Amino acid sequence: MKIVLKNLTKKFPNRSKKGDDVIAVNDFDFEIPDGKLIGLLGPSGCGKSTCLNLISGLETPTSGKIFFDDEDVTDLPPEKRGVGLVFQNYALYPHLTVRKNIMFPLENFKGDKKLDKKQMEEKALEAAKLVQIEALLDRKPSELSGGQQQRVAIARALVKMPRVLLLDEPLSNLDARLRLQTREEIRRIQRETGITTVFVTHDQEEAMSISDMIVVMKDGVIQQIDKPQAMYDDPKNLFTAKFLGTPAINVFSGSIMHGQVCVGEDPIMPIKHVENRKVYAAIRPEGFVPRERGKLKCELVGVEVMGRDTSIISRHSAFLGESNIRSIVSSDRLPDLTGKEVRFNVKPNKLFIFDCETEERIYFDTDTFRLPKEPPEEDGTDDEEDTETDIEEEGVTNEEE
Amino acid sequence: MKKNNLKSWLYLLPALLFLGAFMLYPLIDVFIYSFEEGYNSASQTSFGIGIYNYEYVLHDPYFLQALQNTFLLVIITVPLSTILALVISLGLSSIKKVRSLYQTVYFLPYVTNTLAVGLVFMILFKKTAYSDGLVNVLINLFGGSSVDFIDGPYWAKMFVLCFYTIWIVLPFKILILTSALASVNETYYKAARIDGTSKARIFFRITLPMISPMIFYLVITGFIGAFKAYSDSVALFGTDLNAAGMNTLVGYIYDMLYGDSGGYPSYAAAAAIILFVIVLTITVLNLLISKKKVHY
Repeated sequence: MKIVLKNLTKKFPNRSKKGDDVIAVNDFDFEIPDGKLIGLLGPSGCGKSTCLNLISGLETPTSGKIFFDDEDVTDLPPEKRGVGLVFQNYALYPHLTVRKNIMFPLENFKGDKKLDKKQMEEKALEAAKLVQIEALLDRKPSELSGGQQQRVAIARALVKMPRVLLLDEPLSNLDARLRLQTREEIRRIQRETGITTVFVTHDQEEAMSISDMIVVMKDGVIQQIDKPQAMYDDPKNLFTAKFLGTPAINVFSGSIMHGQVCVGEDPIMPIKHVENRKVYAAIRPEGFVPRERGKLKCELVGVEVMGRDTSIISRHSAFLGESNIRSIVSSDRLPDLTGKEVRFNVKPNKLFIFDCETEERIYFDTDTFRLPKEPPEEDGTDDEEDTETDIEEEGVTNEEE
Repeated sequence: MKKNNLKSWLYLLPALLFLGAFMLYPLIDVFIYSFEEGYNSASQTSFGIGIYNYEYVLHDPYFLQALQNTFLLVIITVPLSTILALVISLGLSSIKKVRSLYQTVYFLPYVTNTLAVGLVFMILFKKTAYSDGLVNVLINLFGGSSVDFIDGPYWAKMFVLCFYTIWIVLPFKILILTSALASVNETYYKAARIDGTSKARIFFRITLPMISPMIFYLVITGFIGAFKAYSDSVALFGTDLNAAGMNTLVGYIYDMLYGDSGGYPSYAAAAAIILFVIVLTITVLNLLISKKKVHY
């Protein structure tokens, strides 16, 4: 079932009476396609949980509408919407066994839908099997690990066959290993059930890895909606560019001067059709190509070898990040990194420039070659990147001659 | 290991000394007195040893009256005050605006002197030659006839005593239950709302089990407190409680020691031991039940 949000806005009155209302969700207008897994991504306080609560019906919107398929559910209470919600802290009832916890939603059914005990037990077992906890049914939540508790919470949300599954930071309380496991599990369960799923997270890696689509939010405003890879490759503004990717994108204060993108004083790339102006130049870590006569001159700080890749840590006066520039290069073709200076060329498809005031992306054509506009693939990103590197390095060398 | 043991005993010594001197020794002493017939605390002598004291006390009509009063007080006030406190706490936690004002109002009886409260109750309930008291005025207003609550029939006096006790213990219970209710995580309610759980079911299946440890704490301390009631009775009916027929177990023990009929430490000791056994039994029963019923 698809979910449609139309001009959805939620304002909270300011605590102090003088201030303006806080707009947690500002004019959301998008559609969540049937059977997809959507990640709502943003820093804390950006309104993503509020958005989830609006969809669930726990909060009522200030204005705007919510549709499940063609049905207007804006004024429906949560229980009539048919949503399952999984909370960050699981919210399992500590005094009930796992079985009773999973059966709890079923016991609320009234009228025709009312089930007898046997049917409830069957459904609970079914849900437990789906999340693979059927061996734990008679335990209390306190006797389970965090990951198991999370599965129980998901089973409880799924047992009444919701039309929409909502997950509020489902992995935040798990340790790193369990988080990886559980997120794959969530993906599997979502695929198996085909239930339209919305999940909230502040962890971009989490969102990137399992979502069909990501909605990036900041201060209650949607920044960009796209497929994970597309969003990474083509951020619409500086915020999205900075929010996605680990290590984070490297942002420099720069300018466009005489048809060149300049980082500080260094002209690093010729481009077409952009007038002189101040910009932010942002380069993905994998966008640096160390070359002896590279155009971006940086002070070398250190080298971290990570096997397949090497990260080169360096400094530049125009760098705006908090620590140092972090670039990731293939370990195969490393230049001599013993001196004080390291020089890079920059891959044109890994360089984004943004307007200094609006922080919106400025699109440009490079002089040397045109980016092949391919639809981004979800899997096998590594291979794709490698081929790109080859093409584009040729371009760079040609230009030098 | 052994040295460590010695050290820990050394650390425990002060507490053990105090507990021994002020708890254990008196308890044993009282236990011994209760078997010493006609013990005289001045001369430290007795006539003999036996269960005569118990026989006397258990056949003393004043003791039986006190026992009945105490039991009634316990059975009526503990459940009623706990339920009432729960209802008020639920009300308090569902309002937002004047909550702190209400909390103060409800807490007032707790910080007010027992005897002062007793005086207020006298004014409310006492029937004198000049006035029937406020409560009787109200009863008359609704067409009833005046009742003498302080010197009148037994049920009226019992009613006032229970009313008074509940009023006195309520603030503490409300305080405990309000904080217990506030400590229940909001997401449980959200989860229940998503599943369309009715208000009653939320209360009985979620709220009540969640705060059950606190409720049992209140019930146990309530039982113990009510069994030890004395000052409430004094505040309402004066010190000659036997004459008023409103004596309690602790009151009986006091009377045996110091009252008009005082000077009988052996009887007092026997009564004290009986009270101790009753309180202990009830508390153990409570704990046994709570182990089965209270979660966590």
